[in-house]
Amino acid sequence: MVVAEQKPIEEILVMVADFNKVLLTGCKGCVTVCCSGGQKEVGILASALKIARKKEGREIEIDEITLERQCDPEYVDQLEEPIASNKYDAVLSMACSVGPQYIAKRYEDILVYPCLNTTFIGGALEHGVWAEFCQACGSCGIHNFGALCPIARCAKSLMNGPCGGSAGGKCEISPETDCVWHLIYERMSRLGQLDKMGNVVMFKDWTSSRDGGPRKMVREDLKQ
Amino acid sequence: MKAGSKLEKVFAAGHFAVTGELGPPRGADAHHIHEKAEYLKGMVESVNVTDNQTAVVRMASMAVCRLLLDMGIEPNLQMVCRDRNRLAIQADLLGASALGIKNVLCLSGDHQKFGDHPQAKNVFDIDSIQLIAVLKKMRDEGKLINDHECEGIPQYFIGAAVNPFADPFEFRVTRLKKKIDAGVDFIQTQCIYNMEKFHTYMQQAYDQGLTEKCYVMAGITPLKSVGMARYMQKFVPGLDVPEEYIERLKGVDKKKQGDEGIKIAIEQIQEMKETKGIAGVHVMAIEWEERVEEIVSGAGLLPRPEVS
Ligand code: SF4
Ligand code: SF4
Repeated sequence: MVVAEQKPIEEILVMVADFNKVLLTGCKGCVTVCCSGGQKEVGILASALKIARKKEGREIEIDEITLERQCDPEYVDQLEEPIASNKYDAVLSMACSVGPQYIAKRYEDILVYPCLNTTFIGGALEHGVWAEFCQACGSCGIHNFGALCPIARCAKSLMNGPCGGSAGGKCEISPETDCVWHLIYERMSRLGQLDKMGNVVMFKDWTSSRDGGPRKMVREDLKQ
Repeated sequence: MKAGSKLEKVFAAGHFAVTGELGPPRGADAHHIHEKAEYLKGMVESVNVTDNQTAVVRMASMAVCRLLLDMGIEPNLQMVCRDRNRLAIQADLLGASALGIKNVLCLSGDHQKFGDHPQAKNVFDIDSIQLIAVLKKMRDEGKLINDHECEGIPQYFIGAAVNPFADPFEFRVTRLKKKIDAGVDFIQTQCIYNMEKFHTYMQQAYDQGLTEKCYVMAGITPLKSVGMARYMQKFVPGLDVPEEYIERLKGVDKKKQGDEGIKIAIEQIQEMKETKGIAGVHVMAIEWEERVEEIVSGAGLLPRPEVS
């Protein structure tokens, strides 16, 4: 899933500093699963903002709505009624950063602000801890690496690791970060594929990655 | 001959080779380079010039290499994959060749996290092993990565680094083999203190015939003080400085710790000369260039052989 975390409240307060009335929108997709932008978090953030502004002596009115998904025009359409019938100064989105862009595209005349920092494609390791697993390079080759991704999970995206900085299973950048190449080594060793690790992996073609420009996927069979 | 550099010729003639190292300044002061380099002249076959070492911005390696050539010192251009993509790498390599640089050392590069610009975007378009393959392709096939033919084929003596002390230890010799398969001509190791572990590594490399396929130079960094030894122990991944050395440094007067460190380095080099598969030493006396002569001569390696 897409993992995101809430921006510091101070940053959001600066965003809304000039506003009296805003619409705070959540999303029931990935950000609900990673506990950063679902209905519950929308409620918590709205209260926190209201309390902070009350303290400043400049109250703010916040309406809350949580959509099924903000990365889908069908659901973003549901904001039409509240936006039309209220004089909002802005819409705040607690979806991953796709959400605010969909809202901006659909509602051309209203200011839109992101309340989350979209961090990575990943998953939970344990309750309250998430990690990155994929960088969306656009041509997956993890089966060559024991089904672990060196592009997203090696600090240097090395194709022929582990590098000389690997120590005790950890990466040179931090004792908190696993060296994925150490994990690849252990897994390929268990699978009896160590000989494969002795082969030089040649240049990666990054055209399918972001380096090839913003990406688009077209499925002719589904297009109308 | 691959490139006909002095370093390559010394190896080819069967001599035990010596290389040195020089870190460019964090500014535009070329004078400082001349001073440091002067100490290395005649002591070593060639001098590595680091490339934004530890991810700290310094004068370009290629520029300093050219300054060394002007002084009559042969340089080893270090090149990291952190700061340039394949376009910049190949362009720089062609330029280096045109400037008369023949030895190139291929490195991944330390992560910028600990450098002086941690906010930087890193590149890592290709990795250090692929970089070796780029040089080999340019030299042996006269072609760029995209198969475009070079107008004027560059000649390189291709180097790489290895860290025998990184983990997993069992994989380290395989990684050396990968570098050889990619086309490396010579190897410089991370600085060595744990001689026992190093011998285990070298024995494996020797048994697999790898030391026949490239020249391996053992990395030697003299310890200046107990403080430096402890620092290395703590902050350089997998680098264990044995207590025995630390005890020796502790055993002498604080002012004499540097001398003791040099003595240890000389003993290490003597041992390396007797080690199967070791073709030379890479002396990294960073900010201590003035003591290199003492080390090299103490190890009985002066004068350096003449080759033509
Ligand atoms: S190889 Fe590419 S697509 Fe596959 S997990 Fe890694 S970054 Fe994602
Ligand atoms: S230590 Fe491991 S994860 Fe970190 S950069 Fe090196 S190979 Fe990659």
